[in-house]
Order: sequence, then C-alpha cells, then structure tokens
Amino acid sequence: MTTAVKTDLAIFELALRMGDNALILAQRVGAWCGHAPVLEEDIALANVALDLIGQTKMWLSLAGEIEGRGRTADDLAFLRDARAYRNVLLAEQPNGDFAHTLMRQFLFDAWHHPMLLALKSSCEKRVAYIAGKADKVVRYHLERSEDLVIRLGDGSEESRERMQAALDALYPFAGELCAADAIDSELAERRIAPDLSGIGESYIAYLKRTLGEATLNAPWDAATRKGGKNGMHTEELGYILAEMQWLQRAYPGAKW
Amino acid sequence: MVMAGLSTKPSPAEIRAWLEDVPDPEIPVVSVVDLGIVRGVEWEGDELVVTVTPTYSGCPATAVIALEIVEALRRRGVEKVRTKTQLSPAWTTDWIGEQAREKLKAYGIAPPAEGARCVGDLKSPIVECPHCGSMATEQVARFGSTPCKASWRCRDCLEPFDYFKSF
Repeated sequence: MTTAVKTDLAIFELALRMGDNALILAQRVGAWCGHAPVLEEDIALANVALDLIGQTKMWLSLAGEIEGRGRTADDLAFLRDARAYRNVLLAEQPNGDFAHTLMRQFLFDAWHHPMLLALKSSCEKRVAYIAGKADKVVRYHLERSEDLVIRLGDGSEESRERMQAALDALYPFAGELCAADAIDSELAERRIAPDLSGIGESYIAYLKRTLGEATLNAPWDAATRKGGKNGMHTEELGYILAEMQWLQRAYPGAKW
Repeated sequence: MVMAGLSTKPSPAEIRAWLEDVPDPEIPVVSVVDLGIVRGVEWEGDELVVTVTPTYSGCPATAVIALEIVEALRRRGVEKVRTKTQLSPAWTTDWIGEQAREKLKAYGIAPPAEGARCVGDLKSPIVECPHCGSMATEQVARFGSTPCKASWRCRDCLEPFDYFKSF
C-alpha cells in the first residue's frame, strides 16, 4: 500500500513563489536577447535572465523535494498550468518598451534583494542556503537597475516621459510583493520567512528615495493589483506558458 | 573493490592534486581547484565523492565542470566517482588563490577585488589593467562575456578587458 505523503504546504508555497517569480521574469527578460537598444544592455539582460533561471532551478528543486511526490524542477516548470503558478502579477507583465522592462526589473529587484537578505536567516536551512546563493547576484541586478532608472528618469525629455509612463503602468503591481496572506503569516510565525510588512516599509522608503532621485513620481495611492501568488493571473501568463511549455507538451518526456 | 589500474585507493590529497589539471571550461588557464570550486574529496566505501560548489547560480559551466571532474578521475583509473553539490557556504571570489589571480591577469582578465562584498564597495573597485598595469580604468558595462565577468577599459592603453566580478 502507498504511504500518505505529508507535504509542508507553507514551505512548498514559498519555494514555488520564489521560483515562479524568477522563472517567469527570466522568460520575459530573455526575450530581449538580440533586441536590446545597445549591445551592453543586450548582454546584461541575457545575463540577468540566466541568473534568474539558475535561481529557479534551486527553488523549484526544493519545492519538488518538499512536496515529496517525485516532481523535479523541470516537471514543475514545464508541466503546470497557469492556475498552479505562484508568481506575482508584476513578473508576467509584458516587456513593452525598454523603459517598461527596466522599471519592472527595478520594482522587482528592489524587493527581491531585501527579501533574500531576510531569507538568509530562515530557520529552514535549505531556504537560507538558496537565499545566500541568490542574494549575491541579485544585489548586482539591483545596482544596475537602480543606476539606469536614475539615469533615464533624470535624463532626456523623452527618456523621462517613457520612464514615468512605465512607472504609472507598473507601480500598481508592486504592492503584491509585500502583501501578506495566510501563508506568509504562517511562514513569518514559524521564522521561515520574514514579516512582509517590515519588508514593505523599507521597500516603499527605498522607492521614494530612489525614484525621487530619478525625478519620477509613482502613483502611491493606486489600488494594488494582485492575485498571482494565489494562482489568479492576468491573461499574459497563458501566452508565456504556451511558448515556454509547448515542446514538453507536444513531445512529453523529450530530453536534451 | 578492484579498480582498473589502481591497486590502492589514492588519498584525497593525491586526488586534489589531480584535479589541479582540470581546467575551468570558460577560463581554461585556471583549474577547478584554483577557483575554489572543489570543497571536499572523500571516499565513501569504494566510491569517491567530490563535493563541488556552484560559482554563479546561473553559470552554465556548472554541469560541465562536474562532468569534467568525473572524466578526469576516470582517466586516472578511479571508476566509481560521484559529484555532490553543496550550496553553503556560498562560493565567494575570495576563495580564488593568489596563484590563480596571477594566471587570470596573464590571460588578460583582471582578477576580482578582494573582500569587496557589499553593494557600496562593488560600485567602484579599483581595478588594475591586466595589459599595462595602469590603475586608470573604468567600467563599460556591469555584465560581460560570461556571467562572472564585467566589461572594463583602460584609459591609458585604451584596451578593453574583462573584469572578474567580486562576489
């Protein structure tokens, strides 16, 4: 007879959320390869995407391990439907122009870096190890996106206009990163993940400071667009998965 | 167990010395030992377990490195080899030894600044031009030809070069 597998659902969800954010954002950013406005940015975008794929592999492997049903990182990436994805809505927003891609990255990195720093002291040591590994490259990502947001915000008339438009469109999605639900509260209580409201306070303070330097103004009071963490996605995710998963769907079990 | 060509189990120190001949696939002048990727070598019964730590989380060379370690040891006659990945403590460029730093420089890659591990320090490390030794250098882009490198140039000899990022 089979033994019932007992999954620690809170940690499973945490690993999926961290892994799916990295995976979906990487899939978006990777689409710039060969299309960026300058060569250096093309290389930077491809490298950021690659770093995020590396992190995806660690988080989704952990998710599979926690779940205990034998699913690998690849199974989780290529064989789940949109409703089973746990990334925030921000990650799946379309690339738009370079300003949109950059602003999306900035809003994500500015949360990702302090989140990973806090996860380094998780009492679940596998989570702490992955965070310790990921944090090193993510602070580098943040350095780049912060620098570019300031330079293009406080730049030419056109670059400022485009950056402001991107901020207006994307800021409403930023709130989901720090909005805690029951799973986040349980994780914080068990000291596996930080209290998201604490991360949120320093996130907003950081955004105000940096966007101020960039001469940009966020719609601070805009209603938060959320749902992705619980599997309720925008239409965009379906298109991403269709492209990302078609091979494994059309040829199940195909190997490199 | 009997191993082809080996009558006794080679010691971990001996194996470490062999691994010094295994080059990094992206930067072949330095070995996997030079880079500090090999974290442990030990026998588990008749199986040799080599513990490796990934450098950058997205480094595509990680899988190749593990494969090359196994192949190099097989060539030395060790038949049962397994590599194990260890994430913690996370790899840091501070583990790159002095000798390897010299090799990188001779190859045209500026070695990573030591101990520069917080965001503020990363912004303006002082990097010596690997071609002419000038300190008048500047960053062109934060990312370069591989995930571990950034693009720099020298204001004296005007040559572009790769800088091995400090992590």
